[in-house]
Amino acid sequence: MFEYAPAPESRSVVDLKPTYGLFIDGAFVDPTDGGSFKSINPASEEVLAEVAEAGAQDVERAVRAARKAYEKVWGPMSGRDRAKYLFRIARLIQERSRELAVLESLDNGKPIKESRDVDLPLVAAHFFYYAGWADKLEHAGFGADPKPIGVAAQVIPWNFPLLMLAWKIAPALAAGNTVVLKPAETTPLTALLFAEICQQAELPAGVVNIITGAGDTGRTLVEHPGVDKVAFTGSTDVGRAIARSVAGTRKKLTLELGGKAANIVFDDAPIDQAVEGIVNGIFFNQGHVCCAGSRLLVQENVADRVLESLKRRMAQLRVGDPLDKNTDIGAINSAAQLERIRELSDAGSAEGAERWSPPCELPDRGFWFAPTIFTGVTQAHRIAREEIFGPVLSVLTFRTPAEAVEKANNTPYGLSAGIWTDKGSRILWTADRLRAGVVWANTFNKFDPTSPFGGYKESGYGREGGRHGLEGYLNV
Amino acid sequence: MTATTTSARSELSELGRSETALRTFLHGLPGVDQVGAEQRAAQLGTRSIKTTAKAQAIDLAIRMVDLTTLEGADTPGKVRALAAKAIRPDPADPSCPHVGAVCVYPAMVPYVAEVLRGSGVHLASVATAFPSGQVPLEIKLADTRAAVAAGADEIDMVINRGAFLAGRYKEVYDEIVATREAVGDAHLKVILETGELATYDNVRRASWLAMLGGGDFIKTSTGKVPVAATLPVSLVMLEAVRDFRAATGRQVGVKPAGGIKTTKDAIKYLVMVNETVGADWLDPDWFRFGASSLLNDLLMQRTKLTTGTYSGPDYFTLD
Amino acid sequence: MSERVAVRKTYKLFIGGKFPRSESGRSYLVQSSNVSLASRKDARDAVVAARAAVKGWAGATAYNRGQILYRAAEMLEGRREQFVALGVPGDEVDAAVDRWVWYAGWADKLSQVYGGANPVAGPYFNISTPEPTGVVAVVAPERPALLGLVSVIAPAIVTGNTVVVAASPTEPLAAVTLAEVLATSDLPGGVVNILTGRITETAPTLAAHMDVNAVDLSGVTDAELAADLEVKAAENLKRVLRPAPADHDWSADPGVARMTTLLETKTVWHPKGV
Repeated sequence: MFEYAPAPESRSVVDLKPTYGLFIDGAFVDPTDGGSFKSINPASEEVLAEVAEAGAQDVERAVRAARKAYEKVWGPMSGRDRAKYLFRIARLIQERSRELAVLESLDNGKPIKESRDVDLPLVAAHFFYYAGWADKLEHAGFGADPKPIGVAAQVIPWNFPLLMLAWKIAPALAAGNTVVLKPAETTPLTALLFAEICQQAELPAGVVNIITGAGDTGRTLVEHPGVDKVAFTGSTDVGRAIARSVAGTRKKLTLELGGKAANIVFDDAPIDQAVEGIVNGIFFNQGHVCCAGSRLLVQENVADRVLESLKRRMAQLRVGDPLDKNTDIGAINSAAQLERIRELSDAGSAEGAERWSPPCELPDRGFWFAPTIFTGVTQAHRIAREEIFGPVLSVLTFRTPAEAVEKANNTPYGLSAGIWTDKGSRILWTADRLRAGVVWANTFNKFDPTSPFGGYKESGYGREGGRHGLEGYLNV
Repeated sequence: MTATTTSARSELSELGRSETALRTFLHGLPGVDQVGAEQRAAQLGTRSIKTTAKAQAIDLAIRMVDLTTLEGADTPGKVRALAAKAIRPDPADPSCPHVGAVCVYPAMVPYVAEVLRGSGVHLASVATAFPSGQVPLEIKLADTRAAVAAGADEIDMVINRGAFLAGRYKEVYDEIVATREAVGDAHLKVILETGELATYDNVRRASWLAMLGGGDFIKTSTGKVPVAATLPVSLVMLEAVRDFRAATGRQVGVKPAGGIKTTKDAIKYLVMVNETVGADWLDPDWFRFGASSLLNDLLMQRTKLTTGTYSGPDYFTLD
Repeated sequence: MSERVAVRKTYKLFIGGKFPRSESGRSYLVQSSNVSLASRKDARDAVVAARAAVKGWAGATAYNRGQILYRAAEMLEGRREQFVALGVPGDEVDAAVDRWVWYAGWADKLSQVYGGANPVAGPYFNISTPEPTGVVAVVAPERPALLGLVSVIAPAIVTGNTVVVAASPTEPLAAVTLAEVLATSDLPGGVVNILTGRITETAPTLAAHMDVNAVDLSGVTDAELAADLEVKAAENLKRVLRPAPADHDWSADPGVARMTTLLETKTVWHPKGV
């Protein structure tokens, strides 16, 4: 056998402080009425740093700083100059990408090859893309002189901490808004490093404020009357609560929520690439992906063949140390998330679906879950309906294209979907009928700053990325 | 072998009887999405193979090299020196393994055979009017028989790409079958010349055609056209031998040839073999590199691993 | 010579292309006529009709939808006097006709203006297309009864949505008469459904309905009710068009936001290879 020796990325490139304050008005400050919490490495459970938890007065300070910056500096500034700050940030991210990638993997648990080859390049590209929009908004199709909205409250999840930050901050700033952003409580560290990058870029104080904390902090921020715009990425339940909380206000809202994507494999699919697409669809980022292809819909006449290939491929997945360059699947982000994945997987077994995982040794410490598939799943099973947000795939079969579409759409979600077939007209027919905001045909989980992303139905509203992504930050 | 694979094998052996059956079968194979295949190959290329794994990979790669010279200017002296190097690649280090084979034109086979006798290094010869194959079949077969008679135990044939691209699959198949007979007990490697096949769908079809015709190995390239072995082409071929074994129970080897020059390249191929077809193919009997300059780079890297310092070309023979 | 006795019109609901009375059997006296007082069940039936019409209407070609909307403008123009007789000022009828025509022309243009190819950094064909969100519940502006109504229906349906409209409770006759225009315009039944009666009765049912994709609260004047409807709409994350300001000028250029808010952007990726 050919055993790969450990190939760990060095963590010496990251210089972590023992404690972090809140980033308000251009400076790191201690919380006034908040507390603190610890951010841990989910692969080892070691404490990485102690982070401030913002209280109501801290939120107040941050919103006030953002308002002041909006009125005095960022609002009046020319688009050309805003662009230059965003370009600076993009460059700084590229320059410090190794450091950011390692820190992202430490705090989140995702494999270094993903933070290095996917997250960080996309983060920098997103800032580059929107930087270019800042001085040409009048050509974006939203009227001759589109105006920013004001102060944006942005709450982001833990699955792609820095990438979600980029998706929120880049278009907001390009359009002329200022922001108060709250990263997730389990992954605050790269956002705080980003705050340092804002300082290094000499971004005017108050344009970007980063306040750390948990759900209460987020709620206080979103409900703050001084906020003009709310952008949230996360669970559908929290999204619903936010939609209620802004009801009756003038706050503009965009939501990017959960999903339960169908990945449809027709019998004439390029099987080897389809199998790669299935694997990438559900095991990329430990399945902590709102657009994950968590329901495999495979045509019955090729189901055995596809599943055999899939299992053989899954046996090659390397689960373990996120900092090892050869790791394919890292750690589950938190104990709570691991518990949820376990609970839903157990429900799958209890409801009679057949569970399979390749032999795989999991580390003793940290939060881990082996890549898992369930076969014999029906539409009625919980694992076919609820978002698991983990490396767990439910396999269902279909007989005809119409049945595939019907099953794919039979969910309250509508974020993404996959289609695998060699027949072009079938791709277009199917894509037309899928109620999903992103449809990947003969590929999966591809992202680009120019490509709008967002859902139908309970997967939320508004689009992030591309020209469409500006709309949520302009008064149109 | 299970009952299913036995019957699948006999069904597949019937395919060669009819042009229609062959075409239906080959065009019924799953398609290959170019972008997906290339991305998979690129991903495998990002594996980080260090320390003990690298040492293991280098020695394995040396054992898999088909040390090749296929020049009009080849002489008995040149090929004898190459054969000597094949047996002892690193004269300074007796622990260095010998290569898999020496690969030469048929006219050079007798000189190489003298040197290799008893060494365990195989003797491969290109035949069938390599590299173009554009001569009548009788001449290709005579070329093949002559190489075997002179001492080659492995024959690298070229397929008829003109016939393949024109859709005359049975003609290609029949030539492979005829060459298979002509090589007798020797191993038959079938060169697809993937650089001329243009699409991965064609590479997959040609791979199956070669295996159905009785090839022991499928090989990417002659090294005589601009595009030689690539990682994605080799990936598609590895998937084909994997699927062929699943269908028939017969294992077929793979040989990427041309353009593989560095240890880094070779290791990417070994990673691909490991993660596509597994340990069964990680052996010189089932995977070879058709290369010449690759060997010296492997030797330099091997020295680096044992001594800790980077070596230079002056310390390795140029043969 | 005795004067001819006129045949009076019964003002009914418009659901699924038919003109039923309220299932509740109720009516209310308004504008000197007995007008159907729609119930919660009528609202539910209207949603069913609207949902059933989505597939055909969203699946129709944009050209076909544009033709049908233009046909509606023609029919409206032909009934100009009828609306004037109901008390709608002539220039409002003219403006309403012109608005239909304006929106009709958007049918086969919006995808080009609001969708298109995205230059992604990779070997992919990537295209974004706007698609209708589905069933839209609309609270029409109380006045102007005709222009306001046309200004909320046309932008919703031109892109392929179907609507359930709660008409102006105080001036519903124009709405029922508009339904007659639509019923003779080749518009498939169920694409537009019109409920007359109390907003407080129908709108909460529609806002809470889990098979409705969006709400347009343009005509809601009570801020508390508007907030309550938005809260209800949040249950399945309906897209929301908030109430129009009290001083909103319905004759002004409407822009495209009414259309785009009720659209989903679908982005499709495909590799480019041989």
